[in-house]
Amino acid sequence: MSKPQVLGSRAPRLDAPAKATGQALYTDDIVKPGMLHAAILRSPLAHARILNIDTSRARALPGVKAVLTPEQTPDTWFGVSPARYDERVLCREKALYVGDEIAAVAAIDRDTAREALELIEVDYEPLEVVFDARQALAEGAPQIHPLYPGNLNAEVHQEFGDVAAARKLARVIKTGRLESEMQDAAFLEPQAAIASFDLHGRLELITSTQSVHYIQRAVAMVLGLTMDRVRVIKPYVGGGFGPKAGPASHELIACLLARQTGRPVKLVFDREEVFLHSRARHKFFHEMTLGADENGQLLFLEHEALLDGGAYSSFGIATVYYAGSLLGGPYRLPSMKYDGRRAVTNKPSCGAQRGHGGVIARALFERLMDELAQELGQDPIELRLKNVMHTGETTCNDLNMSSLGMRECLEAVYENSDWKLKRGRLPRGRGIGVACGFFVSGAGYPIYRSDTYHSTATVRLLEDGGGVLVETASAEIGQGSDTTMAMIAAETIGVPLEMVRVVSGDSDYGVDLGAYSSRQTLMTGHAVRQAAEQVRQVVVEVVAGLLDLSPDELVIRDGLVLAADGCELDITDLRVRYTREHRGWSDNPQQGPLTFREASRLAYLERGSIVATGRYKPPPLGGKYKGAAVGTSPAYGCSAQVAEVNVDLETGQVTVEAVTGAHDCGRAINLTSVEGQMQGSVSMGLGEALFERVQFDPRGRVSNANLADYKIPTALDMPPVKALVVETNEPNGPFGAKEVGEGAIMPTIPAILNALYDATGVRFEKLPVSAERVLAALKGEKLPDEANLGPGFCRLPPERKD
Amino acid sequence: MKPALKVINLRVNHTDHEIAVKPHHTLARVLREQLGLTGTKIGCEEGDCGACTVLLDGRPVSSCLVLAVQAQGHEITTIEGLAENGQLHPLQQAFVEHGAIQCGFCSPGMLLAAKALLDDNPHPDEGQIRHAISGNLCRCTGYQKIVEAIQDAAGKLSGDAGRGERS
Repeated sequence: MSKPQVLGSRAPRLDAPAKATGQALYTDDIVKPGMLHAAILRSPLAHARILNIDTSRARALPGVKAVLTPEQTPDTWFGVSPARYDERVLCREKALYVGDEIAAVAAIDRDTAREALELIEVDYEPLEVVFDARQALAEGAPQIHPLYPGNLNAEVHQEFGDVAAARKLARVIKTGRLESEMQDAAFLEPQAAIASFDLHGRLELITSTQSVHYIQRAVAMVLGLTMDRVRVIKPYVGGGFGPKAGPASHELIACLLARQTGRPVKLVFDREEVFLHSRARHKFFHEMTLGADENGQLLFLEHEALLDGGAYSSFGIATVYYAGSLLGGPYRLPSMKYDGRRAVTNKPSCGAQRGHGGVIARALFERLMDELAQELGQDPIELRLKNVMHTGETTCNDLNMSSLGMRECLEAVYENSDWKLKRGRLPRGRGIGVACGFFVSGAGYPIYRSDTYHSTATVRLLEDGGGVLVETASAEIGQGSDTTMAMIAAETIGVPLEMVRVVSGDSDYGVDLGAYSSRQTLMTGHAVRQAAEQVRQVVVEVVAGLLDLSPDELVIRDGLVLAADGCELDITDLRVRYTREHRGWSDNPQQGPLTFREASRLAYLERGSIVATGRYKPPPLGGKYKGAAVGTSPAYGCSAQVAEVNVDLETGQVTVEAVTGAHDCGRAINLTSVEGQMQGSVSMGLGEALFERVQFDPRGRVSNANLADYKIPTALDMPPVKALVVETNEPNGPFGAKEVGEGAIMPTIPAILNALYDATGVRFEKLPVSAERVLAALKGEKLPDEANLGPGFCRLPPERKD
Repeated sequence: MKPALKVINLRVNHTDHEIAVKPHHTLARVLREQLGLTGTKIGCEEGDCGACTVLLDGRPVSSCLVLAVQAQGHEITTIEGLAENGQLHPLQQAFVEHGAIQCGFCSPGMLLAAKALLDDNPHPDEGQIRHAISGNLCRCTGYQKIVEAIQDAAGKLSGDAGRGERS
């Protein structure tokens, strides 16, 4: 292959000018004629039977156009994966958490809709609540969701290799625990949706989503419409990070209210609703035992996890599988036993968030790696290098590393950070730590069982010549996928990036599973490349035919059609033909080689519209065991990070002073975007390590449902992040490319935790590591929330305090 | 019950608008819903996130915390007023070139906070830049490319005397 012209560059993102000038439209920026505004009445109780809903006063309020109550909604279960369809549009018998949807109003404006909510009278019968996952699973706990007896939402029991035998061979064995808190994705744009029906009964739903396809299916299923009558459009999205990937009640509520009123209906969350709807990071309990031989070669992992899921499943079934499977690499680990459970509790539902399911498990695993290194007297990087997998190897749970630059990433952070200078040499209060991780480059299977393509794409040459239009239902949510697809199309066809326009995020453009599991670059990229290659071939064939050449004698490069052997082509007749069609144009090509603009016009004249489609579906992947699908992917990205921390020994305040990260993204499509994903990942991981937690009051209400009390990193909290792009050539990726968006968060929390140990000598077992927690630890004390951190803590219910 | 509408004059991006507003409506809502200036984003409506930052007489404010009626008599600059004559402001150009924009939801507020900084302090150091944008949350970028873009724009603005005089 010749040297890439477009790929691997730092091309500015195509959407950046619109976003820099305020012209980019997000869902709430869109106004439709006659549009109504909706608001949702949410349960004030964490667990309650709904006895009666009186909407008469709300209906009487001037300006109110419709009030939606449960009996007016379809009695259809929906959710993320069919085996766990466990939600309905509005609560039927019971509310399961504070924030559960009870009723909704559509009115002439938002103020009126909200005022009407206060006029709806609901009689509740309070039921016994349970907020702790361990208590939820204990005998005698109140039954929360009717589908999950004993509040057990899912359990996983897997063993790969012979853990018991490996344990006997181990010379060093380390056991540890880590408990996290529920976290929020804290994207800047609250969820928003606008639904409208046309006179033919066709529904258009504009929504801030990560997957138009999954939403389209859920809406069609719940509203009883065929898929062709549901169009889902995703405008620009102000961040997703996971929670916007699944269909949600508010989207269905907007559709039902639009159907009821015959008018467009807009529904926008306020910030508190973002926290209540959640679907973000679970609260995890992990306990692990990791063993190695006398040289530090890993032998086995025993792992038990408990996930506090909140009221509904969302993506949580995948989460509990990922929490185990994503420890299979990036080290050679011959045996692994995993027991995971997910409990339902009377809290907001948790789901997928960047690094889905693997982040907290990875944090504990990487800490145990450090403990092994310490006991063996080895440098933590040396121990990791000894264990890293290489390209072509397969994990004990059947994940194939078709490319893996793990060693290169570790070497890169070793060389480019202050590791050599500082490791083992820093005074108390200062520390440096390292960690690794890996992640899927797109889930190997859809979230519903199907033979569907994961991505389709259409590439069309504009008939007047010179423009390439890429149509895909993929989701640009800020990660840069539109620019990535444009670059792939431009590279494939051989034209400058400016000639390519991408339209995306619309179910009319085909099937794409969307922006989750770090999948767009690899999967949509394949489909776009395939379609683009076909249109390139048509243009080359037509021009070759007109010039009496064979197609392989021509190439397209930088928007010019050239002879492959470098000779000059006589294109006089072709240019005359093009020019004759464009009398009066002032910019007709006059000299030089045949331009793509001319060539694609001639191709249209010969063949009609030049349109090609591409498609991608991963080959069958993974093992045969139960749950083998989760964790499979056509490719895996991996990364290593070194973090430096400074701990104020007087106050416990932790400052992350520097992070050096290396990520193997295969061949980088856009270097700037790869770095941006790495730096953004570090910021989310840093927040989760040090201060992010959703807090609840004793009645199960989120007590910090705002961005002042739920703290995410500001510019002052973030250190400089040195982002090192490590490139491998991924055989299963388009142009060798694979993921970066989610994988890059994997090492951040453990690198910080390992640095904190280096600084303080404390192995923190509870996240986030707040200043208060550090200070208590430095005094040899524990905070009240650390009281239950003993062996077997995933299983033993803590003392109830009621 | 319903408060009477109040007619006010809002001066936005050098243009006067005489409009009737609800007295309890914030500047953010009036800019977006009545003037169609949807570049001002609403992320929290509590003054926490900075997405709705506009300039009031050159100073950055959270427009979700300012009532529209309070903004009367002040010169308001929104993101739509930053580019002039179809030319991106050097800050916008730098944000585009440095990859400082991902989802873009914080970008309008971030750019205006940066503009206020550079108008006040044409040669900020990194710490001053981070401080100036610390009220503007970004969940995508980790801020680094934003800081780099502001540094770059500061260099270009101060290297160009004419531009340096811009208000």
